[in-house]
Amino acid sequence: MDKTWNNRAWFLVLPVLVLVAFSAVIPLMTVVNYSVQDTFGKNVFFWNGIDWYQELLASDRFWASMMRNLIFSGIILAIEVPLGILIALNMPRKGWGVPVCLVLMALPLLIPWNVVGTIWQVFGRNDIGLLGYYAHAIGLDYNYVQDPFDAWVTVIIMDVWHWTSLVVLLCYAGLVSIPDAFYQAAKIDGASRWAVFRYIQLPKMQRVLLIAILLRFMDSFMIYTEPFVVTGGGPGNSTTFLSIDLVKMALGEFNLGQAAAMSLVYFLIILLLSWAFYTVMTNYDTER
Amino acid sequence: MARIELDKIRHSYLANPSRDSDFALRQVSHVFEDGGAYALLGPSGCGKTTLLNIISGLLRPSHGRLLFDSHEVTGLSTQERNIAQVFQFPVIYDTMTVYDNLAFPLRNRGVAPADVDRRVRETLDMIGLADWATRKARGLTADQKQKISLGRGLVRSDVNAILFDEPLTVIDPHMKWVLRSQLKQLHHRFGYTMVYVTHDQTEALTFADQVVVMYDGGIVQIGTPADLFERPRHTFVGYFIGSPGMNVLPVAVTDATARLGSQTIQLPGAPKAASGQVELGIRPEYVRVGREGMAVTVTKVEDVGRHKVVRASLEGREIAAIIGEDDTIPAEPHMRFDPAGINIYSDSWRVEMSGRVEVGDTA
Repeated sequence: MDKTWNNRAWFLVLPVLVLVAFSAVIPLMTVVNYSVQDTFGKNVFFWNGIDWYQELLASDRFWASMMRNLIFSGIILAIEVPLGILIALNMPRKGWGVPVCLVLMALPLLIPWNVVGTIWQVFGRNDIGLLGYYAHAIGLDYNYVQDPFDAWVTVIIMDVWHWTSLVVLLCYAGLVSIPDAFYQAAKIDGASRWAVFRYIQLPKMQRVLLIAILLRFMDSFMIYTEPFVVTGGGPGNSTTFLSIDLVKMALGEFNLGQAAAMSLVYFLIILLLSWAFYTVMTNYDTER
Repeated sequence: MARIELDKIRHSYLANPSRDSDFALRQVSHVFEDGGAYALLGPSGCGKTTLLNIISGLLRPSHGRLLFDSHEVTGLSTQERNIAQVFQFPVIYDTMTVYDNLAFPLRNRGVAPADVDRRVRETLDMIGLADWATRKARGLTADQKQKISLGRGLVRSDVNAILFDEPLTVIDPHMKWVLRSQLKQLHHRFGYTMVYVTHDQTEALTFADQVVVMYDGGIVQIGTPADLFERPRHTFVGYFIGSPGMNVLPVAVTDATARLGSQTIQLPGAPKAASGQVELGIRPEYVRVGREGMAVTVTKVEDVGRHKVVRASLEGREIAAIIGEDDTIPAEPHMRFDPAGINIYSDSWRVEMSGRVEVGDTA
């Protein structure tokens, strides 16, 4: 078949290409540049090969941060997804309660990360914080500044408070799209509450749920601001996640090479996991 | 299977209905006989789905009683009534196989696995999906899905009735015909009590032994398809059934003659008690076009294939007539009404005419 090829249309892509080059590709390449060089100051760099990468992958510090990240994301998903579904299932479908619930659910999502961090930092303090003060008053030994377990509990509850709404809203959107006839048919078929959830509601929520899990996983894996504001990564290194560790390394220790190597590894991990999710989701689509 | 009796059922979706117009269903008393095939026919919003949901128990009527085989079931849940219902859009359980979809209502009721298997296999044969048993239900076509919805009702051998709520809306035209005849077959072979809601007159007339025509929250006529065509009890039935609908012309009646403007029409008999607003109804099939009768002005001729529809103006009123595909309209067209097709209405309700033998009028 004779097709008229006209490649001039590519010029229309040019502005975006330039923009992306300046905002993403060029900065990324400087990071790549740093990751394979070393310096003794005076802005003089020399080739260092893959030494930074070898050093990084051999360091306990990196794997410890990585483990903390994975555990954190795991806990977050294990709490937020079931909790989000549960709340969405119990939200009203009709009447005045709908806008009220939606606004209440959207509120935490509207608060900037560092403000959320500050709120909880103050909230948990033993001297002036509502939570910390009363936890002490009823005899709980709660102190997120000194106790790693308490610090984790605080960071996790904060994240659940901040982000469960997202899962709720996505699930709710899936739920309201189910026509009444499905519930009526289920009644006629004598289905139990569990069967209705398992065979009607869950399948209808499946797609939005996948998106919710993907978003929550990526967000929690990249978490930085909130724990940084509340605990600063402490006590010790107990809440030092990859991103916090990275900033410490790059800006605190000015270890540019290793930080660059870590950025790239971190980037590749997120890229890989996002690709995996994307594949799962598109496979699911073609299966339909 | 059961005989379903509606005893003065009224329903309103409002909390405190006071006026007649607050009721979606004004007052319905009717008996669906055991093993009958009924169609509820009416325009959107006439209350037919409301009535169906009251029978199935998805809605509880605000007034009146519902009886299955003389047992009151008004307060019973859908499950206790043991009703099957097929909805407008196919309801299937996406993640299950066709087999599991059919087994679902039985498993929910705790039927023994061996019986479940036997019933499901029988039902698969009945609805012609035996080869699809192990397939996931989500990939099927709309008509297959609708068959599964039906199958989930048929699989319970003890259902009291099968209700259909416009089940063919999303089905392709050629499959509609196939499904409808399969439904009729099932009805003949197994004698289910079936109630079928539709706003499509062809569906209603071909499916049902008895058609219940509803209008504005009430039943206006119950009868065989022939009754509805020949003797519409209400002008609405005349309009709604038939294509084009019945011609309704305001007339003045004295004895056995009706006057329409300057025209005189001979009636087959003298109407009894024709008071209020009197109208003459005649189907286009009974209007003859020729050189004799009342002078008309033809405005349009529509060729619809098997016949032609003549639109004309008679004494300033629009009137439709059906003529044969090869018939021609004379230069000075006139129309004549076949007395057999004339009905007289008083305030929209049909009045009997003395001297005329009524046949098949069950209403």
